[in-house]
Parts: sequence; structure tokens; C-alpha cells
Amino acid sequence: MTGTIDPTVINLVVFVLAVFVGYHVIWNVTPALHTPLMSVTNAISSVIIVGAILAAGPYETDFGVILGAVAVGLAAVNVFGGFLVTQRMLEMFKKKTPKAEKEKA
Amino acid sequence: MSANLLALWYLAASVLFILALKGLSSPVSARRGNLFGMVGMAIAVLVTLAITKNVAFILVAAAVGGTIGALVARRVQMTQMPELVAAMHSLVGMAAVLIAIAVVNNPSAFGIPDPMPRGNRLELFIGSFVGAVTFSGSVIAFGKLAGLGKKFRLFSSAPVAFGGQHVLNLVLAIVMVAFGVAFFLGEGRAWAPFAAMLAIAFALGVLIIIPIGGADMPVVISMLNSYSGWAAAGIGFSLNNTMLIIAGSLVGSSGAILSYIMCKAMNRSFISVIMGGFGAAEGTAAADGGDKTVRSGSAEDAAFLLANAESVVIVPGYGLAVARAQHAVKEMAQKLIAKGVSVRYAIHPVAGRMPGHMNVLLAEAEVPYDQVFEMEDINGELGTTDVVLVLGANDVVNPLAHEKGSAIYGMPIIEAQKARTVLVNKRSMAVGYAGLDNPLFYMEKTMMVFGDAKKVVEDMVKALE
Repeated sequence: MTGTIDPTVINLVVFVLAVFVGYHVIWNVTPALHTPLMSVTNAISSVIIVGAILAAGPYETDFGVILGAVAVGLAAVNVFGGFLVTQRMLEMFKKKTPKAEKEKA
Repeated sequence: MSANLLALWYLAASVLFILALKGLSSPVSARRGNLFGMVGMAIAVLVTLAITKNVAFILVAAAVGGTIGALVARRVQMTQMPELVAAMHSLVGMAAVLIAIAVVNNPSAFGIPDPMPRGNRLELFIGSFVGAVTFSGSVIAFGKLAGLGKKFRLFSSAPVAFGGQHVLNLVLAIVMVAFGVAFFLGEGRAWAPFAAMLAIAFALGVLIIIPIGGADMPVVISMLNSYSGWAAAGIGFSLNNTMLIIAGSLVGSSGAILSYIMCKAMNRSFISVIMGGFGAAEGTAAADGGDKTVRSGSAEDAAFLLANAESVVIVPGYGLAVARAQHAVKEMAQKLIAKGVSVRYAIHPVAGRMPGHMNVLLAEAEVPYDQVFEMEDINGELGTTDVVLVLGANDVVNPLAHEKGSAIYGMPIIEAQKARTVLVNKRSMAVGYAGLDNPLFYMEKTMMVFGDAKKVVEDMVKALE
């Protein structure tokens, strides 16, 4: 076997491993926090904003750049909205009497 | 910045995203996890800005979006979380589509050779159609959850079904794939097949979600969560960006697992949810003989029973959230605890409109989470519980789930019928989403308290004083 590995193959390797990591990490999430899980995954999938930034990057302003900027705006709604609303929810789960987590652990 | 250094920064961000999700294994570590997520996002955005031009322009766009996002995050009601999440899924889907169009327009801006190689085209096709389906599907889900069905039939929470629906969807999907193949094999920009493929994908998103009824929304919203992740991963493939692939796969598997958990909790197969039509026959109660009698009592009677119990388990359902009675319930629980009664809450996985929704609603009402138990953790103790108080829940406490042949046979339920006394608050004897009568209501140890949950609970609080 000779030659370099196609980037798509490397991507596939990363993809499969990441799905496995996701599978195991998510099953450990406590059901009580499934709503914050959803809002934080929303924020995380908005890392698609890096693609939007690249799209808005070129100097020659054409419609691709405009679309990129719109995508940056949309993804930014999610980045800020997702993380902040998650934080807001998690604040509500703050303990007032600090004993129960020891029982659970 | 060299490509290698960039990739390493992206790796750091990916690890932080994994840690963010890992933190959610307990309420204690969750806030730190969320912080990891934010740091990861900041790294990802900053290093990308460092390799691009037009930074000021991009920052303006981000500031506009970010401000909107921050305002919404601060103002949204916790009962509206499902709508918010659906809206956010649609934004991820739309962003994926816009990026895909920009890639077709100018691949070199993304470091992709121009004309685009076949491999990238295939990946771009997958990323953009999943993005488009996510967008339009989430818009419909948002409309259904936000109750826009009264104004637009498309958003009706009852399933929108018509003859040949599944055949139409199948045909559209095949045509869409055909255009995708044409784009894959096309020369140059190949705009025409790309645009046609996108248009069909948008239509498909609408068609897939409209036949799904309101009761199945927890599954739909989890499923769209999953799609939004796969869309991001697909874009990651076409841009050769491993961080996007990792983040997208994490989200994709998260949504898939949540869909599975929700299906299981509702005793529904994923396929039957997707095929839709469930919840259409609301109100067609099982009218099997009128000889069954229901014992009903006032809020004061219920309060008396509660105050004289040693242990009370409260089973909140979505009816409670609709009536905004969480705070009143918490007040009542406090009064009971002050009288020496042990009070706990039992949460069914589909108690709210989305996974974990009821937990958030109770947390908002400042119910300490050590009083809140998941169904499987508390079921074993219900036999020794004096009073189970069911508030605005129906199907999730229906003992028919244990009877072979019933429509909900096999569905996991909170076994309220095992308690010594059962108090049920409902607005009327109407059936739940599953359209089934509930034998629990006719048991001798059951007392029904009819009325709006908030009013009834407030009356109980008064009676406890």
C-alpha cells in the first residue's frame, strides 16, 4: 500500500470515534438535566459559526460573503442564546442545602 | 497561524466540548461544564477570526446575532424552552445551508480546490440537505409547540395527514437524491441541481413534521436536535474541519439517544413516530359502561388527607405546567414538610414537552432537586407511600400499561396505584393523549379533585394553614 491517506478517510475516522465518545458521554447525563443538555448541544452545534466566518472572510464582497455574514449572525444567536440559557437553567439547579449530592454520588 | 497550529487549537476546543457534556452527569459539575463549553467556543471563534479577513464586518454580524441570543436567553419562560430549542435548531440548519451555498459559490475561500472535487461535493450535498430538513422541520415544530396552529393550519398540533403522504415523501426523497447525484457528477458550480436539491429538502422538512402530533413532540424535538448535529458534522466533512465533525457527532448522538429514551418512555417505536398520525383520535374515550363510579372531593378534603399522611409523593404532569402551578405546589410541599410530612416528587421521562422539561420547571420553582426522583428510582417505594398526589398527569400513571392488549401495554408508568391513597387533580374526566380511560381514577382508594391545577393547589395551601 502506498500513497497518502485521503482527508475524507481521516474525517471518517474522527467521525466514528466522536460518535462513540458522544454515545458514552450522553448516556451518563442525568435525566434531570436533559433540557440543559439540549440547549447546550444547540450551542455546541453552533460551532458551525467557524464555517460561516470563513464564508464571510473573502475581501471581494459577493453574495457568498453576504450569506456568510448572515450565517455568522444566525449561529451567534445560538452560541450566546444556547450557552446563556443553559447557564440560567443550571443556576436553578444550584443547591440550597448541600447534602443531597453526596447521597447521589 | 499554520494549519497545524490551527488544528491543535480546534482539538482543544473539541475536548472542551466533550467536557461540557460530561459535566452534565450531575447538577454539581454541570455549571463548570457549561463554562468549558463557552471557553471551547471562544477558542474556536478566535482562532478562526485570526486566519480570516473582514474581521470587523464579521464581528458586527456576530454582535447583532449575539445580542438577540442573549436577550432571548434572559427573557424566555421556562415553559417555553421547547419552542426556544426548536427555534435554535432551525438556526443551525439554516446556517448550514447558507454555508453550503457559500462553499459552492467560492470553494477557495474555504481552502477547497476550485472546481470542487467530487468527495467534497458529496459531503456538501449531505450537509446541506440535512441542514435544510432541519431548518424547515424545526420551523414547523416551533409553530406546533408555540401553539400557532390556530392561525396557520400547517402548525396545527393535531397531525396534518392526507392520502399518499408517505408515497409523496418517498418520491420527493428519491428525486432529491437524484439531484444530489447530478450535483455530485456535475461540472463547475452545478447550481441548478444544487438549488433543486435544496428546495426539495426544505419541502421534505415540512412534510416530515406536519403529520406528527403534539403528544410526540418530545421525540420530534430530540430528533431535530440530532439532525442539527449531523448537519454540522456534514459541513465539517466538506470543509475538512475535524472540530466541526466532532462537535456535530456529539450533538447528533446526543439527540439520537434522547429520541430513543423518549420513544421508550412513550412505548412508541421510532418508526411509528416518524410515520405520524398519533394523537388524532383525541376525545374518543373508551366508553365501556357507565357503572364505574368516581369518588370526588374538594381541595380541603385533599389537604386533610395530605396533612395526615406520613409520606407524600407528588406526580406532576404537563397539565401542572400549563396551569403554571409549580410555585403553588412548592408552597404546598413546604407547608407539608413543616408539618413533618415527607414530600417527594416523581418525574416521568415525558412529564413535560421535552426531555427533562419537568425537572427544569420544578427547579425554577425552587424545588430542591434532592426531593425530585426519576420514575425508576421511586416506583419501588410507592407501595409504602401514604398519599400519591397526581397533578395534571394521566397516561403516565395509567395502570392499563400493565395489561396485555391495551394500547399502552408495556409503557413504563409511575405506579401510583400501589399507594395507600391516590389523589388525582384533573380539569375533567377527559382522556389523555393516548385516548384511553384510566382505571386508576375508579379505584376505591382514589379521590378525584376536579379543577384547574393552580386553583386547586392554592386552595389546598389555604386549607393547610
